[in-house]
Amino acid sequence: MNVRRLWAIVVKELRQLRRDRITLAMVVGIPVIQLVLFGYAINTNLRGLDAGIVDQANSAGSRALVMDMLATGVVAPVARVNTPQELMAMIRRGQVGIGIVVPPDFERRRIDGRAVAQILVDGSDTAVQAAAAQLMQVPIDSAAPDTRAPATSTPVGGRISMVAFYNPQRRSAVNIVPGLIGVILTMTMVLFTAIAIVRERERGNMELLIATPLTSSELMIGKVLPYVAIGLVQTSVILALGTWLFAVPILGSVVDVYLASGLLILANLALGLLISTRAQSQFQAMQMTFFVFLPSILLSGFMFPFAGMPKLVQWLAEILPLTHFLRLIRGVMLRGAGLREMWLDVLALAVFTLAMMALAILRFRKRLD
Amino acid sequence: MNAAADDVAIRARGLTRCFGKLVAVDHVDLDVPAQRVYGFLGPNGSGKSTTIRMLCGLLTPSGGEIEVLGLKIPAQADELRTHIGYMTQKFSLFEDLGVRENLEFLAAIQGVPKAKTKRRVDELIEQYHFGDRQRQLAGTMSGGQKQRLALACAVLHEPQLLFLDEPTSAVDPESRRDFWEKLFELADAGTTLLVSTHLMDEAERCHRLAILDRGALVADGTPRELTAQLEGRTFTVETDDPRAAQRALASVAGVLGVAQVGNILRVLTGAEGVTPDMDRALATTGHKAALAAAPPNLEDVFVAATRRDAERAA
Repeated sequence: MNVRRLWAIVVKELRQLRRDRITLAMVVGIPVIQLVLFGYAINTNLRGLDAGIVDQANSAGSRALVMDMLATGVVAPVARVNTPQELMAMIRRGQVGIGIVVPPDFERRRIDGRAVAQILVDGSDTAVQAAAAQLMQVPIDSAAPDTRAPATSTPVGGRISMVAFYNPQRRSAVNIVPGLIGVILTMTMVLFTAIAIVRERERGNMELLIATPLTSSELMIGKVLPYVAIGLVQTSVILALGTWLFAVPILGSVVDVYLASGLLILANLALGLLISTRAQSQFQAMQMTFFVFLPSILLSGFMFPFAGMPKLVQWLAEILPLTHFLRLIRGVMLRGAGLREMWLDVLALAVFTLAMMALAILRFRKRLD
Repeated sequence: MNAAADDVAIRARGLTRCFGKLVAVDHVDLDVPAQRVYGFLGPNGSGKSTTIRMLCGLLTPSGGEIEVLGLKIPAQADELRTHIGYMTQKFSLFEDLGVRENLEFLAAIQGVPKAKTKRRVDELIEQYHFGDRQRQLAGTMSGGQKQRLALACAVLHEPQLLFLDEPTSAVDPESRRDFWEKLFELADAGTTLLVSTHLMDEAERCHRLAILDRGALVADGTPRELTAQLEGRTFTVETDDPRAAQRALASVAGVLGVAQVGNILRVLTGAEGVTPDMDRALATTGHKAALAAAPPNLEDVFVAATRRDAERAA
């Protein structure tokens, strides 16, 4: 071991690194941005979950009960509807994760000591299910300062019932597997295309190609299409294993599952292409992919509940294709929703794809300068 | 030997390209006659590749006008692309595709009609001697084979104009000779070829050539015209101590260059009539030295052109 030779290698590495500006930015950027983002964003203690409310009693007591539930901070009301059926439809569409139902005979039930209200929970997200359980702890006696009722003697437990839809056993696999389709597609699809164009530039193929009549759109779209097929194969493998090994249900239509996956694949491929037009080397392309991949996993709602994140981060996460895909795939597979009911997320993915593709084609110059 | 003046494939006026502060190509005027092999001679970094890239529309010029095959470049570059072939300096075919696969791919990209593709690919495989290695991956071939394949791909769509950027820099002399045979065949068939090189023996083969030095065009003409200008200005010196003689001659005013070739010195003077001065300088070395006139070659042309330019710049 010759120290001088060893040192020469160290110095050379540092010099090369200094000239690779994107890598250098990543060295600092990844820890700073990701730490700040995730440190603030990831919150396993869920608060402010979107809830829908049906108060069919609409008495002073029922209103007080609902107010008490909201006061816990676990839920935030986004809609008031008239029937439990409407509420269940909203849960299926993914508009709310929790529903609070107060039946018309609330006052009688209170006096009789029966369950006075029902919490409906979207069980396709196990974290939401756990958080909703907190609502059951709201004391009923203080719900109304009604001295006639023998409420004080009634035990707290059991007065509010909870019904979890779609994954009542709270099996993690049911929650994870559909999301995993998205995570795996995000990782592989972005990387495939991110490298695709950079590689040709590195190998010198690009100079040949741009001297031919080939157009930017032909090149970009041609690069993307084969990977769509590869992505759909991956989707099939995960679906098959998920249903076979983990008994994950597909309540909705299989066509919708593939359509949603196809949308995510296109969105990710387009993003990869954009990265590819920007990166100078395959190494840089991989780093940029990673830079997108980490937030996708952590902020999309795959690993940590989306509802628990601050508003600002939620808006940021809305940019990520995986966020929308997770809503779609969980809706279709676990809640039996149709894509048409969740058109907003479909639209978001389509817009993302078109925007990225357009940017990539615009950014790709058929010139060397 | 000169092509008719109206039969010009490439015309450039005041062609300039800057990269930041560096002026890579500096007000170059070019007239490349059609159906000839036109050479671009110059050392590395003289602006050959940059000029070629501008001429085929891959780089936007910082200034000047270009007309290639009657098309304004870069404005009509897209239109031009179907009529040109471009062989890059670095091997740019797909190394993980086979010979036939590469040819078929480019045939599709270049828009060779589907019905014609198979015949054309077969024809090229035959002509370029790939009959027994059609399936071989391009990445596993030798330098000469790669070069042949690159040329086959560049002429696939039968372009009117072919740009070759230092095509034989990684090729042995034998393959290089075969390669030039092919270039002349193409010129005979009506193709215009623009070949850049830093090798004198290659430049000598061109019908006509331009000499580039530090981005500027310093000479152009047929090899014969160019060497004829130096008649009477080139000499050889035979002596026991070439190193000492070289030092002595270099200090003589009017001597542009002294180069040692084996045991002989080659001397280039700026004008005729420097002989007495040189004789005197040689006498000071104390060794016997024989000064004799020699026919000028392209290397002399190159040295003369670049020195003159340096003097003008100084």
